[in-house]
Amino acid sequence: MQAGSGKRITKELGEIQSDPPEGMKVTLKDDSDLHTWQIVMDGPEQSVYAGGHFKLILVLPKDYPFKPPVVNFQTKIYHPNISNDGKGSMCLGMLRTDEWKPPNKIVAVLNMTRNLLIEPNPDDAVESSIAEVYKNDYKSFEKTAKEWTKKYAVGK
Amino acid sequence: MDSDDEFHSGQSSDDFMIDDDSDTGLPEDDSDIDEVDIGFESQEKITKPGRKSYEVEFKVYSPQDIQSYQDKQIDEVSTILGQPPEITAILLRHMRWNKERLIEQYMDAQEQMLENVGLDQDIAGPPRIETKKNFMCDICCDDQPGLETFAMKCGHRFCVPCYKHYLSRKIKEEGEAARIRCPGEDCNRIVDSKSLDLLVATDLKERYQELLTRTYVDDKENLKWCPAPNCVYAVDCGVKQRDLLKIVPTVHCDCGHNFCFGCTLTDHQPAPCALVRKWLKKCEDDSETANWISANTKECPKCRSTIEKNGGCNHMTCRKCRHEFCWMCMGVWSEHGTSWYSCNRYEEKSGSDARDAQAKSRQSLERYLHYYNRYANHEQSAKLDKDIYIKTEKKMSQLQNSSGMSWIEVQFLEEASRALQQCRQTLKWTYAFAFYLARNNQTEIFEDNQKDLEMAVENLSEMFEKPVDQLAKLKVDMLDKTTYCNKRRVILLSDTADNLKAGKWEFNVELTG
Ligand SMILES: [Zn+2]
Ligand SMILES: [Zn+2]
Ligand SMILES: [Zn+2]
Ligand SMILES: [Zn+2]
Ligand SMILES: [Zn+2]
Ligand SMILES: [Zn+2]
Repeated sequence: MQAGSGKRITKELGEIQSDPPEGMKVTLKDDSDLHTWQIVMDGPEQSVYAGGHFKLILVLPKDYPFKPPVVNFQTKIYHPNISNDGKGSMCLGMLRTDEWKPPNKIVAVLNMTRNLLIEPNPDDAVESSIAEVYKNDYKSFEKTAKEWTKKYAVGK
Repeated sequence: MDSDDEFHSGQSSDDFMIDDDSDTGLPEDDSDIDEVDIGFESQEKITKPGRKSYEVEFKVYSPQDIQSYQDKQIDEVSTILGQPPEITAILLRHMRWNKERLIEQYMDAQEQMLENVGLDQDIAGPPRIETKKNFMCDICCDDQPGLETFAMKCGHRFCVPCYKHYLSRKIKEEGEAARIRCPGEDCNRIVDSKSLDLLVATDLKERYQELLTRTYVDDKENLKWCPAPNCVYAVDCGVKQRDLLKIVPTVHCDCGHNFCFGCTLTDHQPAPCALVRKWLKKCEDDSETANWISANTKECPKCRSTIEKNGGCNHMTCRKCRHEFCWMCMGVWSEHGTSWYSCNRYEEKSGSDARDAQAKSRQSLERYLHYYNRYANHEQSAKLDKDIYIKTEKKMSQLQNSSGMSWIEVQFLEEASRALQQCRQTLKWTYAFAFYLARNNQTEIFEDNQKDLEMAVENLSEMFEKPVDQLAKLKVDMLDKTTYCNKRRVILLSDTADNLKAGKWEFNVELTG
């Protein structure tokens, strides 16, 4: 709707590709579609996901940046804030409609996502059973998360 | 009558006048401020001594009333705080219209409060649209020279098209009004009404005002919107959530809709809200078992021929064998008027045949179906009565022609129809109420009242189904029966309301507010 929306997206994409955030590769899924981005995020070294490569799809709505982007994990991941239903949808405060502000940038979303891998937020979970394990039995959480990472996010 | 029948049923314009000097009879809580200060002087109060015990005091407000009251409060507080009205409005909305708390907190910590709502810098001069050199909009990345821009005092500057689009989205799509924040990153400043005036298109201003008025009503415990579709009125009533086990606050909107101020469902007197919630939940859970009941055809208990119900009346006469029976219990009709027969009461089987678990569960299902059957039947009958009335209304003009009666003179049919709707609505809920009542003397009195009202209703309903050419002769009789129905309803509702207020009902479940 806004004349400048294409300009804004092109600018963000250019900046992100010339200076990508730590441990991420960002490409367009299809060169003709500015609104669907593909991200490969390395599991942060200090996290239980280290060694894994996680594929994410980031979709920019038509009304971006007035509406927040939508982020989905395509690689299965054991995490309290990422749904384990085949959709891999993620809950992140800044992506909620009432929290999102139009000047917010995609790079900030990606960095927040990476931080969420380092430090899950069990109080705002989508997978409450995983959140329970995370809070009450961290050892077992760590074990499963590492197993899943090895099984689904390594060498693919 | 139009299709949204639920919302025009049973309103009687002179039955529910309110009396403004008596209270609800409930303990008043002195800590609740601001509720006596309802300054709608424009509203004329109608006083009628002797408000019945099941009636509550309430007032109906139009959007204009609400707007003017809002403006009046803003002006008042604005003088006290020494802040302009648009700032005061933001503060009041922030404090959810609790003006005492606002004034107190403002006096204590003015700076802190202004900061909380993003008004911490001094406000001077009206907001302006400006062009800036070397400007690039952080939202759309446009940097053309001469681009119009806007910022509030916080300095978060964006191009005017982006600012406008942001605001219109908030208003149109997210329904926000009172608490729209500056589009700047991490900025909590609230967009004030002058800035909005400057940036919001005229067609959206109306919607914005509407939303502001909405939040005003939503924020006040004593105000609620009428839930009827497209109704714009709000109702003011002092009954509190904690009173709802003692009173059923039915209110009557000017649009004709009767609803419960406690839970906003359609009028459910005499059953209290908590009981209604339980009952509706049960009906939902057991809907499969109870489905067969809503069928419109049954077999004559004597000759087994199929009988269709097409009016509200439960007194059925088989076309084939002329057997007269009751649609609800399938018992012989002639016994229904007698004192020993009870169609409405559920007779518990004696203990012997309910020894094992299976028998017990069958019995509890039977008991439920007894009440559900009657509950659903009155609901359906009210609809059928209404259909008949609509047909009759068309014939009323014929009646005028053939009998020489004037339009006013045929209004007795409308009154009868209204009484039927209202009484059936009450009867319907008496069955949900009775389902949860423990067996004792008081319950028996209740059931007697229920039976009397039911018989009165069936008699009127039966008369209502007579051919139009007979109606003229029945006028006096029908007026009598209408009056009698209304009287029985008042008796039943008064008795239940008195006992509810006194906490005298014994329920077989625990009700919690
Ligand atoms: Zn812009
Ligand atoms: Zn700002
Ligand atoms: Zn209404
Ligand atoms: Zn209610
Ligand atoms: Zn028959
Ligand atoms: Zn019967």
